[in-house]
Amino acid sequence: MSDARLFDALFGAGNHEVVIDGHFVAGPARLGGTPVAVIGSWDAAAVDGDLALAIAGEILRVVEADTGTTARPIVFIADTQGQALSRREELLGLNGCFAHVARCVDLARRAGHTTLTLIHGEAVSGGFLAFGMLADRIIALPDAQVRVMDLRAMSRVTKIELERLQTLAKASPVFAPGADNYWRMGAVSTLWDRADGHWPAMLAAELAEARKVAGQDVRARTGAERGGRKLAAAVAAEVAGG
Amino acid sequence: MSRRISYFEASARARVATLADERSFTEFCPPAQRRTSPHLARLDAPVAFDDGVVVGSATVAGRPVLIAAQEGKFNGGAVGEVHGAKIRGLLERAAREKPAAVLLLVDSGGVRLHEANAGLIAISEIMRALMAAQAAGVPVFALIGGSCGAFGGMGIVTRLCDEVIMSEEGRLGLSGPEVIETVKGVGEFDSRDRSLVWRVTGGKLRRALGEATRLVDDDAAAFRAAAVAALANHRNAPGDLASLKAAQAALTERRAAHPDTRDGLEVWRAIGLPQPEAVPMLAADTFNQQLAQLATEA
Repeated sequence: MSDARLFDALFGAGNHEVVIDGHFVAGPARLGGTPVAVIGSWDAAAVDGDLALAIAGEILRVVEADTGTTARPIVFIADTQGQALSRREELLGLNGCFAHVARCVDLARRAGHTTLTLIHGEAVSGGFLAFGMLADRIIALPDAQVRVMDLRAMSRVTKIELERLQTLAKASPVFAPGADNYWRMGAVSTLWDRADGHWPAMLAAELAEARKVAGQDVRARTGAERGGRKLAAAVAAEVAGG
Repeated sequence: MSRRISYFEASARARVATLADERSFTEFCPPAQRRTSPHLARLDAPVAFDDGVVVGSATVAGRPVLIAAQEGKFNGGAVGEVHGAKIRGLLERAAREKPAAVLLLVDSGGVRLHEANAGLIAISEIMRALMAAQAAGVPVFALIGGSCGAFGGMGIVTRLCDEVIMSEEGRLGLSGPEVIETVKGVGEFDSRDRSLVWRVTGGKLRRALGEATRLVDDDAAAFRAAAVAALANHRNAPGDLASLKAAQAALTERRAAHPDTRDGLEVWRAIGLPQPEAVPMLAADTFNQQLAQLATEA
């Protein structure tokens, strides 16, 4: 479900000029007095090379436009069923297009743009890795689905019975789909509940939090604090030394 | 005279041993530490004391490097919580210690499904740590020539690297042929047509498209020679606005230049290789010479 009223709820009607073009969304918006740039995928996009390049091109456009002035925060919208599956996309190196998007996000970060992702609809695997997961902070909107693969497919690949996976999924956030599991593991910073109030104020507060951690990757530490990923931070630190 | 060692057949530890200078390798978080995956154990799946990846420091031709080598024979080299954290930690160490390079010996199908969420997050953490190491001035090289290739998130990680050294037998992509066949049908991608699989994902196609920077034969000594050459003279990952705009234009141009292409054969024909049908059989040196010849003529 992709509802264009999302942007009215986030910024207030009349405070944004976000354009939806098929599976690509982009446009300027204002949050109170602060201008922000919105860039992302829409309507459960299967992210192919064209969409990846549209997203990368828009990031570069925003970075260039803000050169020498205040770098606007970038709000990514992640709504993707994953990467496009086709022989042609593989041949042309879809993985390379995704790496290019990731470099553009990294450039934006180094150029001083605060980055924040809103998961709207679903966020799956490769389509989510390319840009949404690289932001400094990630918010799951109500009803957001986050996963690598559904349990049925996972059962086929791992040859572990579905019922066993369903039982284990209740106790472990490690492989079960769900925004709450990604929260426990530190990859989703905040879950927004539908009942919660004023989105523009909440978004402004999230951007302030994102600014505090800009350039650091705090997800493993957060995952350990929340009990969802107990080893990642410790093992990385052991190897990193120093 | 030493016996030729197939890089494809070698284990992760054997690859490290042939790549690094003799007795120069020191492993971090070694098997004695017993850093196994708790998630695999919970599923009663076999675990490995190194969780399928060897990380450490060494010298290559006398120059200090950090190395991570994935073991394709353990869960397809797939990335889970511990496996991913070891690679991330190595890249963070690189940003601090500033070795001559980080060598990633990739042999992976991507995210380990038994711990899917942890694996996906770990890949994203590796991507950020890799770009941070590059921003700190440390080049990162990927070496691909194992049976699992470089797929899924590791296919993205590979394309962030400053150099990609491949053999024809190595494969590089995002979604594996089996996944595409399962979802889209055998007409889209026949995963059992091995020659087609190599024409779409193999080292020669990647080299022809400029994604692999060096193509070598399936020989551990050839991989080492290419790594030594890359240490002396490597391509830097584009990092500033101008170079990323140029990359954007080049990627856009490539899609336009190969509008309906679905087979590497068409790429070899389009770029003007003399005998496109014979390309799969060519030795790496011959293929490299033909590409160099085309570049001179252009």
